[in-house]
Amino acid sequence: MENQSFTLPKKLINVAIGMVIIGLISLAYGYFGGLGGERIAANLLMNNVYFLGIALIGLFFVAVHAIAESGWQVSVQRIGEAMSAFIPVAGVLMALLFILGGMHALYEWTHADHMDAILLKKAAYLNIPFFSIRFAVYFAGWIVLAHLIRKTSAKLDLNGEIFYFNRLRMLSALFIVFYAVTSVTSSWDWLMSIDAHWFSTLYGWYIFSGMLVSGVAVLIIILFILKRMGLMTHVNDEHVHDLGKYLFGFSIFWAYLWFSQYMLIWYANIPEETVYFYTRINQFGTIFYLNLVLNLVVPLLLLMTRNSKRMFLVLLPVAIVVFIGHWIDLYQIVMPGAVGEEAGIGLLEIGLTIGYAGLFLLVVFRSLSKHPLVPKNHPLYKESLEYHTNY
Amino acid sequence: MNKYITAYYNDEEDLLKGIKQLKSKGIDVADVMTPFPVHGLDKALGFRRSRLTRVAFIGGAIGGLTGFLFQAWVFTKAYPLNFGGKPFFAVPSFIPVTFEMTVLFAAFSMVIAFFIRSNIGPGAKTIIHDERSTDDRFLLVVDIQEDEEVKQVEKALAEAGALGIQFKA
Repeated sequence: MENQSFTLPKKLINVAIGMVIIGLISLAYGYFGGLGGERIAANLLMNNVYFLGIALIGLFFVAVHAIAESGWQVSVQRIGEAMSAFIPVAGVLMALLFILGGMHALYEWTHADHMDAILLKKAAYLNIPFFSIRFAVYFAGWIVLAHLIRKTSAKLDLNGEIFYFNRLRMLSALFIVFYAVTSVTSSWDWLMSIDAHWFSTLYGWYIFSGMLVSGVAVLIIILFILKRMGLMTHVNDEHVHDLGKYLFGFSIFWAYLWFSQYMLIWYANIPEETVYFYTRINQFGTIFYLNLVLNLVVPLLLLMTRNSKRMFLVLLPVAIVVFIGHWIDLYQIVMPGAVGEEAGIGLLEIGLTIGYAGLFLLVVFRSLSKHPLVPKNHPLYKESLEYHTNY
Repeated sequence: MNKYITAYYNDEEDLLKGIKQLKSKGIDVADVMTPFPVHGLDKALGFRRSRLTRVAFIGGAIGGLTGFLFQAWVFTKAYPLNFGGKPFFAVPSFIPVTFEMTVLFAAFSMVIAFFIRSNIGPGAKTIIHDERSTDDRFLLVVDIQEDEEVKQVEKALAEAGALGIQFKA
């Protein structure tokens, strides 16, 4: 089988650039249309976190399977690696957002005159210098490890030396440990501290599981685009089936964590905790329940049978629904605290998301075109082709 | 009483080849007993996909409904208790039990269905077609409808490389 290297099709570049332009126009509309700095900042943060999370899941996907030495995922490994190329872009955009005043618009704890007893207690962690240091550490670690993993994987593809295989495993283990801590703390920093008075010990896992589901959904969508381009012919139904299982299983896992958080707060009924759900159910009721329908009911019912996981006809629509669903999940996480009652889904929200998606596609496909799509010298590539799954 | 012929192979590759050869001669292999799962055997035998998943779905649905409705009845009609000012019909607190009942019923229904269908488990009468099948050999069974077939099937089996061919009535 040939390497299936490809040059970026002009059409794809044009579509992606068009999407970015839509994003810029809607950003300009938000700025000059007087939608308010808070809403713009909240939207930028939300999309940034969303696509950064997806990019990190691409790397997580590669790393976790490298540690487990699983065979099947070798066939789609390149997509995961390419997704991680977005991490530096997201880092730059996020740094710009925070430097250009997004921090004060989003986080109450950055205002010295807003401090009360609860915020003062948390000031040892939630203060601007420490926040900035953490920000730098997260991105330094993620970018360096992503770069090393991609480089090692490319070297492994040259001649399949076992040295690079072991090194890939070692780097993956480092990343998993680093990411286990930083995925939780970064979700506190960027999302939970929007509602700085509130806290939940489950929060990091809840955010991570949502990211995992949307990351796998995006992986499936990218795989579909590549297949439509006549590439990735070595990926067969068995691999698609396993990706479907991922989407199905982790949707339930996400719902499990969502419910664990909800039920404990509902049962204990302590005002400082229930305030989180009180605002979301009363001011964002439709979004709140839609979130559960899109992210649990749809994948649970549609992906339950074996055949639906093996057919793009069902799997692709579900992946798109879940992708939108987790965007909505993030919307109801960010907006009630950051914007409040003026929040809504309008031109700014939709346009900006399209813009980010275009940028993401551009970066990922550029990275994909740099390496051969078939990792045919990977020691487990043959195993991946022989792979067979029943249920 | 049904009649059948048993034969065994020493190796799973030979078994798969033998089954293919028998099939090409129009002889149906009723069952195969192997010491470990053999890849591609279901396909070679032309087995349809297991229907165990449907049993699991139905069992799980019954379990979930039972769990939910029972709690709803207990906490609203039979023995309403006030827990921390919560409403009697408090759906979130029913979910964990409903979930567990779904899993429990799905698991039990699968195990029971599997036992019944495969004729194993407590109380089942085990048929040992050939002593060799309890050790390291790959045993296959061909059902016989009419006595005239016996010679022909035995010949086909021998040609397909099978060992220890025995006719049992």
